[in-house]
Amino acid sequence: MSISDAPPTSPLDADAVDRAVALALDAFATASDLDELKSARLAHAGDRSALSLANREIGRLAPADKATAGKLLGGARARVNAALAQRQAELEAVRDARVLADEAVDVTVRSERRPRGARHPLESLQERIADMFVAMGWEIAEGPELEAEWFNFDALNFGVDHPARQMQDTFFVDSGAPGVDSHLVLRTHTSPVQARTLLERELPVYIACPGKVFRTDELDATHTPVFHQVEGLAVDKGLTMAHLKGTLDHFARAIFGPEARTRLRPSFFPFTEPSAEMDLWFPQKKGGAGWIEWGGCGMVNPNVLRACGVDPEVYSGFAFGMGIERTLMLRHGIADMHDMVEGDARFSLQLGTEI
Amino acid sequence: MPRIPLTWLADHVALPDGLTAEQLAADLVRVGLEEETIHPAAVTGPLVIGEVVALTAEPQKNGKTINWCRVDVGARNEVGEDGALHPRGIVCGAHNFDVGDRVVVALPGAVLPGPFPIAARKTYGHVSDGMICSARELGLGDDHDGIIVISRLGLDAEPGTDARALLGLGEDVLEINVTPDRGYCFSMRGVAREYSHATGATFTDRGLAAGVQPVDGGEGVAVDIEDAAPIDGVVGADRFVAQVVRGVAASAPSPRWMQQRLTQAGMRPISLAVDVTNYVMLDLGQPLHAYDLAQVAAPVVVRRARPGERLTTLDGVSRALVAEDLLITDSPNRLHASRVLGLAGVMGGAASEVTAATTDLLIEAAHFDPITIARTARRHKLPSEASRRFERGVDPQLPRVAVARVVELLVEHGGGVADAALTDVDRTGEPATVTLPVELPATLVGVPYTEDEVRATLVEIGCVVEDGGDPGAVRVRVPSWRPDLVVPVDLVEEVARLRGYDAIPSIVPAAPVGRGLTRGQRARRAVATALAEAGLVETLSYPFVGSDQLDVLGVPAGDARRRAVRLANPLSEEQPEMRTNLLVTLLETAVRNVGRGISDVSLFELGLVTLPDGDVLAAPALPGGARPADDVLERLTSSVPAQPRHVAGVLAGAREPSGWWGPGRRSDHADAIEAACRVADVVGASVDLRPEAGHMPWHPGRTARLELTGDGTLVGYAGELHPAVVSALGLPARTAAFEVDLDVLLAAAPTEPLQAREVSTFPVAKEDIALVVDAGIPAGDVLAAVRAGAVASPAGAILEDVRLFDVYEGAQVGEGRRSLAFSLRLRAPDRTLTAEEAAGVRESVVAEAGRRFGAVLRA
Repeated sequence: MSISDAPPTSPLDADAVDRAVALALDAFATASDLDELKSARLAHAGDRSALSLANREIGRLAPADKATAGKLLGGARARVNAALAQRQAELEAVRDARVLADEAVDVTVRSERRPRGARHPLESLQERIADMFVAMGWEIAEGPELEAEWFNFDALNFGVDHPARQMQDTFFVDSGAPGVDSHLVLRTHTSPVQARTLLERELPVYIACPGKVFRTDELDATHTPVFHQVEGLAVDKGLTMAHLKGTLDHFARAIFGPEARTRLRPSFFPFTEPSAEMDLWFPQKKGGAGWIEWGGCGMVNPNVLRACGVDPEVYSGFAFGMGIERTLMLRHGIADMHDMVEGDARFSLQLGTEI
Repeated sequence: MPRIPLTWLADHVALPDGLTAEQLAADLVRVGLEEETIHPAAVTGPLVIGEVVALTAEPQKNGKTINWCRVDVGARNEVGEDGALHPRGIVCGAHNFDVGDRVVVALPGAVLPGPFPIAARKTYGHVSDGMICSARELGLGDDHDGIIVISRLGLDAEPGTDARALLGLGEDVLEINVTPDRGYCFSMRGVAREYSHATGATFTDRGLAAGVQPVDGGEGVAVDIEDAAPIDGVVGADRFVAQVVRGVAASAPSPRWMQQRLTQAGMRPISLAVDVTNYVMLDLGQPLHAYDLAQVAAPVVVRRARPGERLTTLDGVSRALVAEDLLITDSPNRLHASRVLGLAGVMGGAASEVTAATTDLLIEAAHFDPITIARTARRHKLPSEASRRFERGVDPQLPRVAVARVVELLVEHGGGVADAALTDVDRTGEPATVTLPVELPATLVGVPYTEDEVRATLVEIGCVVEDGGDPGAVRVRVPSWRPDLVVPVDLVEEVARLRGYDAIPSIVPAAPVGRGLTRGQRARRAVATALAEAGLVETLSYPFVGSDQLDVLGVPAGDARRRAVRLANPLSEEQPEMRTNLLVTLLETAVRNVGRGISDVSLFELGLVTLPDGDVLAAPALPGGARPADDVLERLTSSVPAQPRHVAGVLAGAREPSGWWGPGRRSDHADAIEAACRVADVVGASVDLRPEAGHMPWHPGRTARLELTGDGTLVGYAGELHPAVVSALGLPARTAAFEVDLDVLLAAAPTEPLQAREVSTFPVAKEDIALVVDAGIPAGDVLAAVRAGAVASPAGAILEDVRLFDVYEGAQVGEGRRSLAFSLRLRAPDRTLTAEEAAGVRESVVAEAGRRFGAVLRA
């Protein structure tokens, strides 16, 4: 649409001015997009529109008429500009809405631009267990995985020739010299940390120690030569088996939920007397619900206390060693040991982000 | 471990009607005898007695002759068309029976050991409606010469009678797990006692010496105990009972009931003499030995082995004996103790074995030192039924009882006559006496047992309880079958066990306030979390490696990583060493993942490596029970090889996958270096990166050595793996990896809380500076110069951040040169920087880089 001068309108002709305003308002209202509105603006509110041209004529009027004309045209232009602004806003809103609609994308498939990592479930479970003990005021102790035989056996009251020592399926370290016994082993349980702790720390002692242990078992569905335990040791005045039971019951409920059922049954370990095994009720047990072994425990044998310079006449204590793999299997319904030890990323990824 | 047939156990303790193996297991576990497994009944389904009423021999084309039989199985006969019962038709290939014999018939639906299910089947032109069974088919022994005719077993029963009950084939057998302190539970006697403890059932002790009829024939075969080298002062044998039985059918089969019980208990019936000794051992717990008297020359002497002596044991193996081995010897040609008859308490010798020609037997029952037996059994790798019992402790008062029982059974079933003379060398001492404070069980267990309860419980397990010398204590004489009861806490366990562990309350103890996790523990968690958040997946691997794995990684001979601890008994001879680095096993994990089709995989592992120091590894051997002196403890702990904690990562394939969102990105050296540096960042240690051109398995041109800022201590390596290693392992091209020593980082990390700098809110000034240097100069060194130059400017410490944002090589900068473009963010803590100050930084940076490396500002 070309811009041309509008027909002349007298600045004092109220009817003519009104007609021009009406024409402008109609043009704005019928503009269907911002381009049409722009043309309508140029035609009806531009420099060469009827109202603008009439406005210019005011200067030539007699002074007496100037005020009247000014008022007439001022009001008219105000009405036109207001209508223009309103229509401009309306059409901009329409345009903006269309732009957003045009930009819409399919959001129903997530992207994987940054691949997710994960902790190993055995590691995160050990941290969960450690946190529970720390919350009870216990501390987390540590010791080497390749250990002196004294810490692994002798200090724990395992006699050199006792069948219990032979039953541990121990990895022995080669001394490197013929005929020399290294007296070093891969620890068969986390219990050497008991002795190290009692030798190093002030009494009373309340410690837990999650960690790796080693037995000469071939890997199969229920055995692995490298596995994990969490050791617990409390030595204080007046501790009893009731405290042992209470601690393990709390542990079981914290890890398996408030419905966890436990059972203590007599057993034998050289480093505890009385000794017990704690069993857990496992409703999903293969072949029918039943008890399964969680770990060994008992009251610290006085000989162990003596080996660590603690007077058994004054102090008593309890200790336990629970299987971490067993705990994980029970907690997550894992039937086979292989997935836990083979390092398949898919295993860690599926369980590695539990809160 | 012992198997417990219920019908046998019932000889010793009153069992309730209908007791199942499952219920027995549930009862026994309360007192600490755990179920190992339940061996199901050998035969299920219909197994009945049948009488052969007709037999037709039918020769076959294949040369065999089969018997077409009609067998009357009573109520189990088939219903004919006339509605009456008719004997069943059965085809049988054996010929050792005839019309009128009563036999064992497995009817369709029965399952024999194997498992071998029986069904009616068409064979040799007949429908055979069941099977006439041999002993072997029923799992009753190796005899399959012919089928069982029950009259030949001394049995009789009407046709149709359940043969499972008659032959003892329908019984589940419980196998229990006996802990090493309860040797006496390797017997029906011991298990029956425990069952009585668990349930209150009436127990009859058949192992008490008081129940044995005295004999009155003087001394029997001369026996001397001559232990010149007792271990720890304990004489190898303190009891030796021997008696002779003459005219015995020693190699005849034992009675069927005995064979049946032995079979149920997991032992193979052999001959009367062997079976009777085994039977009494399983029944009472006393290992026994029967010698062919004709092969024994008195006196029998118990002594330690002499240098060079050998013995061929019953298993046919010739063994070199060691001075500590305890032997049973005899004295042929009047040469005292000159011939070795057997390894005491472990295994007899072949020479004096009972044979088909044997008629006169010398029965031995002795009590040997557990440690002696344990060592000999271990030394010769010869765990036997006897050694298993002796090393766990056998009742020293049993030999006399056991010999009497063996003699009785031999006379009854072998037709022999026992000598009236009996040898009984008895050097056993009084049973141990333990003084038990009566409060101790309550104090230690947390259950308020009364004194009466404590006394009654101890009496129940066979102790004699007397008032003690001390007030508040009792003197407890422990029974001869409980050598494990030595100190007061042993008796505490007995009280707790018999009164029931379920009576113990559950009380959470109040620990003193704790200090939370240690710095190292927190660091480990932070590192693992950071790597997981960076997209790496944590895995675990076994620490066992072989040198060929290091060969694949190109680790050269003499490299420190080849100096590894070796296991004396590795699971695999291919992997006898403990890893000295994590990467070697982590790469195996990566290879496994890639092999499973997960080719884009970023893994990390946190774990210990073992670094031996010195050629010979030896820790001192120390006794238990007493605290070693400080210097000895120091020697002990320092003899354990260093085991620093490492963290390693492998990044293979795509670091960022491609997808509908666009292209991805392959992992490269920078990802590995970034991850390694992130580990240092997390613990707050500062590291420098140096080019590393010669550390396999890494790429010589794409690997950084991480060193501690300051002293340059080696932290680890990160970068791309050597292409040859990547190719040998079958990993994706350009796989990158890192390994750092977390302990080194931790030692360098600040231990005090970091002190904060005020965050300046004055306006920032940005300067981009492009420096042209020789291409061989490491960018990290130029970056250091930029930092130093900025700090040295007149404006002072206003460098907030600096980053290398572009590297350019090309014609514009000239051959052998490159441009490194740095972006600096400058801000003062106290003022708005002026343009002159910013320009001053630029000048200072260019000057410092120029001074150090001849750098010039890029035109």
